[in-house]
Amino acid sequence: MPQFYGAIMFEFFTDFPDMSRRDLRDFKLAVDGAFRDFSRENGEAIESFFDPLLWFLIWLEKLLVATPWPVILIVVGGLAYLGSRSWKLALGSMLSFALIGYFGMWEDTMSTIALISVATLLCILIGMPLGIWMAKSDRVQAVITPILDVMQTIPIFVYLLPVLMLLGIGKVPGLIAVCVYAMPPMVRLTNLGIRLVDRDVLEAANAFGANDKQKLFGVQIPLALPNIFAGINQTIMMALAMVVIASMIGVRGLGIPVLQAIQNQYLALGFMNGLAIVGLAIIFDRVSQKYGKRLQEHRGGHDHG
Amino acid sequence: MADAKIKIKNLFKIFGNKPDQIMPLVRQGMSKQELLDEHKHVLGLSDINIDIPEKRIHVIMGLSGSGKSTLIRHINRLIEPTDGQVIVDGDDVMEMSSGQLMQFRRFKASMVFQKFALLPHRTVAQNAAYGLTIQGVDEGEAVERSQRWLERVGLGGFEKHFPAQLSGGMQQRVGLARALATDAEILLMDEAFSALDPLIRNDMQGILLDLQKELHKTIVFITHDLDEALRIGDQISILRDGAVIQDGNPQDIIMRPADDYISDFIKDINRGRVIKVSTLMTSAKRAAGPKFETNALLEDVLTTLNQSKTDTGAVIDGKGKVIGKITMKDAIMAMARPKRSQTGARYK
Repeated sequence: MPQFYGAIMFEFFTDFPDMSRRDLRDFKLAVDGAFRDFSRENGEAIESFFDPLLWFLIWLEKLLVATPWPVILIVVGGLAYLGSRSWKLALGSMLSFALIGYFGMWEDTMSTIALISVATLLCILIGMPLGIWMAKSDRVQAVITPILDVMQTIPIFVYLLPVLMLLGIGKVPGLIAVCVYAMPPMVRLTNLGIRLVDRDVLEAANAFGANDKQKLFGVQIPLALPNIFAGINQTIMMALAMVVIASMIGVRGLGIPVLQAIQNQYLALGFMNGLAIVGLAIIFDRVSQKYGKRLQEHRGGHDHG
Repeated sequence: MADAKIKIKNLFKIFGNKPDQIMPLVRQGMSKQELLDEHKHVLGLSDINIDIPEKRIHVIMGLSGSGKSTLIRHINRLIEPTDGQVIVDGDDVMEMSSGQLMQFRRFKASMVFQKFALLPHRTVAQNAAYGLTIQGVDEGEAVERSQRWLERVGLGGFEKHFPAQLSGGMQQRVGLARALATDAEILLMDEAFSALDPLIRNDMQGILLDLQKELHKTIVFITHDLDEALRIGDQISILRDGAVIQDGNPQDIIMRPADDYISDFIKDINRGRVIKVSTLMTSAKRAAGPKFETNALLEDVLTTLNQSKTDTGAVIDGKGKVIGKITMKDAIMAMARPKRSQTGARYK
């Protein structure tokens, strides 16, 4: 008898007391079934909800592809110069684009730029208000912070699954995948920036009778701008990092040749397109950083010190 | 004073989690230390009663931790009191709705801060115009209207600069112009000159006194510097551990310190440059010796009496009529710091 008890005890400690296989299978089936039903019923409604986004993305992509390449080159150089006030950076950007075009990646690059632009815009439009809301209330911050943690750490394919089930393969699911991954820094840095606004300046605004709107647009956002800009910069970088994954679910752009290269071991094709993504990243990063710095010039104090 | 512009009545401020529950204990006379040890609440302000006269500079003086900055923030309710009233022109600020309070802050009371608190991303001109833009004045007009205040504080030509490009003294001039531009009757100045170098501070005090001569605002001025308080204050309230320990004009405080704390406080003051003839004179119809105006300083009296080799001087009013006399002995005695026991001063 004691031996018998001993065996049971031993088993208890070596095998985790898990739920029975049948319960587990039922549980999984229930979740899958519920979600499938949900997507059958609401899939179309959700798809049409995202239609305007899709139209915008398609319109921008067509516009970029249809615009004559010299015009694009001039616009790229012009924007880079306006952002950074640096001839070096402007010429460098134009040269990079020229090389990308010369190596036959022009159209894919335009598609990628369209995707990144729309994704970044979406992240700013959603992320900034969210960050501001978080900064205003500790409770909201306590709720949103873990959600952002999940968004940044959950394996991309895991959250792609429900998105694909709902919307199928296409541009919109790709856009959503990019935004889920790229939005957290925007939210976090907006929140941080607004929380770090000098209390004395905010008190002065209060003392002069500023209302919430005047405080937000006159004091908090302008003073948080360096951090908000860092957030935008991070969002662009992370969106670019998602280009290859987005192409796996049907988004056109520089990611598709990379995928082909992986499947067929095309070394040159992979590197060319990979380096084109790097080139875009460096241009976006340097220009947006320089622009952010230029916005902050008044903080330096050049005349007196 | 009959025409008090701001009346602070039985004001209490307790810092902590449940100030309302602690309030009755404070009324029963629980000490600040007991409150901290047993209930973890800090008594910030304790039964403050101050009448602030209209069109005068009222200085509230105290060392750090005395509650002076907390007190001034109650006047425009940047801090909510635990109990008590702040009555401005008959209206209790504590009873105002948020809308009324906003109007009060926009039009009635403006503020100058120790750390300037300028908007770093706006130019000097835009900063000076800030109060007006908050009032809803269109920015172009606001900048135009605040321009004369920038010139008045000596910053003409710096409109396009950013605050970070200016020295501390110049930044505080912007702060002063910003506060003046709203045309508020009440000016709250929270250690406005404390962060400045002594020489610049002196300049700024001069600018403030000059402005006050023509503007006649009701100014509440917070400072920890007794020299500053004596120089610019028409009336001084001394704060210690959240309570007012003496309230009076500068001459009162110098001649009749209410307790050892204040008497200790005033020991390093150059009495010769603060005490005025009017404080020392005894009334008389006629008197021999050199003539002094009522606001002549003790220092000048001593020099003049010494040179003229007389023991007495005559005090005259604005029309040259003799109204009192002053003796060398009184003048010399006044230079010595009074001991509290000899003065018979009362606690307030």
